[in-house]
Amino acid sequence: MGSHIAFQSLRLEKVGRTFGAMNALQDLTLEIKRGEFIALLGPSGCGKSTALNCIAGLLATTSGAIWLDDVRIDTLAVEDRGFGMVFQNYALFPHMTVRSNIGFGLRMRGVAKAELERRVDAAIRTVRLESQAHKLPGQLSGGQQQRVAIARAIAIDPPLVLMDEPLSNLDAKLRLEMRQEIRRIHQDLGGVTIYVTHDQDEALSLADRIVVLREGMIRQVGTPEDLYLRPAHIDVAEFMGFRNRLEGTLISDGSVQPMARASADFGGTVLEGVALHSLPGPAVTAAIRPDDLTPVDANHPGIDATVEAFEYRGRDFFGTARTPAGVELFFRSEVPLHAGEAVRLSADPSKILIYQGGAA
Amino acid sequence: MTLLSAPRAVTVRDVGAKLWVISIWTLLIFFVINLFGIIGAVLTSSFATRWLRSWFPNGLTTNWYVSAWSEFQLGDVLMTTFQVVGAVVVLSGLIGVPAAYAMARREFKGKKLVMLVFLLPLLVPPITYGIPLATVLYQTGFGGSLIGVILANLVPTVPFVILVMIPFIEQIDPRIEAAARVFGAGTFRLFIHVLLPLLTPGILAALLLVLVRTIAMFELTFLTSGPTSQTLVVALYYAVFAAGVRAVQSIDAMAVIYMGLTLIWLVIALRFVNPTQIVTRGKQARA
Amino acid sequence: MSGSAIPFRVRLAASGLDGVTLLVIPAMVLILALFVYPFSYGLILSFHPKDGSFLGNYGHFFSDPFLYGTIYTTLALALPVTLLNLVAAVPVAFRIRRMRHQRLITTILVLPITLGTVLVAEGMLNYFGPQGWFIRTLSILGLGSPASIKLVHNYWGVFLSLVITGFPFTFLLTLSYVSGIDVALENAAATLGARSAARFRTIFLPLLAPGLAITFCLSFVQAYSVFPSAVLLGAPAGPTRVISIAAYEAAFEQYDYSLASAIAMVMGAVQLVVVVGVLMSRSLFYRGPAAGAKG
Repeated sequence: MGSHIAFQSLRLEKVGRTFGAMNALQDLTLEIKRGEFIALLGPSGCGKSTALNCIAGLLATTSGAIWLDDVRIDTLAVEDRGFGMVFQNYALFPHMTVRSNIGFGLRMRGVAKAELERRVDAAIRTVRLESQAHKLPGQLSGGQQQRVAIARAIAIDPPLVLMDEPLSNLDAKLRLEMRQEIRRIHQDLGGVTIYVTHDQDEALSLADRIVVLREGMIRQVGTPEDLYLRPAHIDVAEFMGFRNRLEGTLISDGSVQPMARASADFGGTVLEGVALHSLPGPAVTAAIRPDDLTPVDANHPGIDATVEAFEYRGRDFFGTARTPAGVELFFRSEVPLHAGEAVRLSADPSKILIYQGGAA
Repeated sequence: MTLLSAPRAVTVRDVGAKLWVISIWTLLIFFVINLFGIIGAVLTSSFATRWLRSWFPNGLTTNWYVSAWSEFQLGDVLMTTFQVVGAVVVLSGLIGVPAAYAMARREFKGKKLVMLVFLLPLLVPPITYGIPLATVLYQTGFGGSLIGVILANLVPTVPFVILVMIPFIEQIDPRIEAAARVFGAGTFRLFIHVLLPLLTPGILAALLLVLVRTIAMFELTFLTSGPTSQTLVVALYYAVFAAGVRAVQSIDAMAVIYMGLTLIWLVIALRFVNPTQIVTRGKQARA
Repeated sequence: MSGSAIPFRVRLAASGLDGVTLLVIPAMVLILALFVYPFSYGLILSFHPKDGSFLGNYGHFFSDPFLYGTIYTTLALALPVTLLNLVAAVPVAFRIRRMRHQRLITTILVLPITLGTVLVAEGMLNYFGPQGWFIRTLSILGLGSPASIKLVHNYWGVFLSLVITGFPFTFLLTLSYVSGIDVALENAAATLGARSAARFRTIFLPLLAPGLAITFCLSFVQAYSVFPSAVLLGAPAGPTRVISIAAYEAAFEQYDYSLASAIAMVMGAVQLVVVVGVLMSRSLFYRGPAAGAKG
């Protein structure tokens, strides 16, 4: 299905939404091409759901415009936009069978009976629910309800499918399975999928491009690889798994060019890292992933700390330690250590990202 | 649940607890026996040929029902009762359910005040506001008419429907409505295809309770009705009030008809609601 | 961003005013016209008595023992009955709360409420009458004779009718509060060694107190507005001449709507004083959720 979707791009132009004095979403500008899978990523309250609801039409925008090619759609009523949406708790109609849930959008469009049956069947096959078609949502498991919700959204062949944290209510194993299904369905459909999540793994594995939102504003837009390797902002870095943050003072004279090596002094220890932007100095923050921070012996430079907790993780060990200044560090170790033991931690300079500024 | 204690000897405390339980049951059973005695006395009397100075009547007959029907013009009275109750049920549904929907789904300035205004008619007893209400109805020409009786009865029933329906509507996930809109349902079709089917059990329960309450609503009907707009319960009151004019059995026959009418609907209502809902107005337990 | 850039419709909707909110209007108009307006009208009317003086009605009410006495008469019925019903309802509700046949009992108890005071009055005239089953049973048991016990057409007739219809009302309300208390709390207290009396005192009573205060208020207000049974089962010219009878007589026998309104206002005021008094004492108790802290 889906190859007849005829549009080239969805454009958001400075879309904003205020609630009273609060800016829930500010100047969201983004162009999405047909076929793209976009993830809106951020912690709760970052504006990602507001953005999704504005696109869907469930929330009115207070500024900006949304265009589907050259048709302005933000002035249309929800029911006239013709998008598919998968809701967080699925929002299945509890009084309708799986079939009527899936056929709801087609019925609202007055699709002829035979055509309707054919398309509902196709949607049911796509999500592999043939044996459950005549049950009520209450009789299905969480994963099956999720499939119904997806089938209901795609049955109308929408140019745009909006998904609002669709996997948040499923257990870990099912989540992995459904991720692959969602990706497959997106490719079959050929339209645009906008996927809201607070789980960076989900965003990294599903999306062609990720939009990181924070406090209602875009922090970074990029491919999963961009975001994973080169987070543009310390907040994004933290979201991408750089759990360790060390504040220090830049040593190099003058400003450092983007992507150049930079040295900084972290409480008496000098570490070298990569500057992603130019650093006017002197206050900087280093971000390091726990997996890259490992114990080194005493004649290497490193951060001295005391082990607080230590656990076996299968192949290696995972520990937390605290510096004399009170900073908590998360690290990986090949050898077992004990709580209370002194440890010196360091990382390869290419794995240390240095950002401008102190505590954010 | 097993407590970690060895078997104990029977103590004074155990005996005390037993006595306590027994006295509670005695109290309750005594109450229920008297309750059935009261109902049974009416029932027995309505079939009694002659019942004076004895445990049971001399003989049984159904003649009192025939005479009560004509003496009290029960045909007309029942007709009025059905008209009043029917109109009150339909109108309080039509007015109350949409208002409950607005109250459940929207936050607006002064909502607390609006809620208080809806609560008051349920908290203030009917006889207290019934007298000023009757005064106003008589001055506007509705006093004593069928319309006046219906209007007066709407005062407690509309807020009742609103209060019963609000928690019912609140428990429906607003995302279900959002989903219906996203998939192309406008306001009207949203209502027909999604809201109405989901709300039907709640509306049914609320309206059945309104029905039972309106049949039994004495005070407001009594204060606002005229000779041609009496409902059964008011006619029964006048009959009991003027006892001595008619045979007691005849009045009791009328009382049994009233009882039957009420109980049929009570039984139907109890299929859909919990008995406690008849006194607790919706979300009473929020304290 | 300037406020005027936001479309007017959006701004209205943000403050909660859209088509859906308007659905509240018909109900609001109805209650304003048929409840708020009559009440206010009655209040104003009560200050325009037939003799033209401002406080004439109230002066008349509080100087005529036949009128002001009704306040006491009604209180003397309503307060003891309400207390008795509440004191009886709490232990019964606790016994019933986890029973399997709870529904049967609540269904039986809901009968007198649904049947209403008029029917109960008619039944009581027979059942509690001098030749009724109740007094016959008493005399068989040697507890009295028809000549010595009189249970209708006096204070006790009205009292009993208020128990028959009032107890189930109080009980069902209490039960709904009692069932609202999380069973886990009681189990927790039991594992910590509290016996049933201690559990009642330390767990239930504090959690239940606000609910009981409301139950008391609602039950009292019902009892205070007693009308049909006071006429049919009492002595409406004397010992059970309650305040609603005085108001009714003023309105429908003397056609003095102004005085009737004044009496209705006094009736409302007395109820208000008792309710406010009880609810104020409520602030002394814990008032949060009674379902345990689950987050």
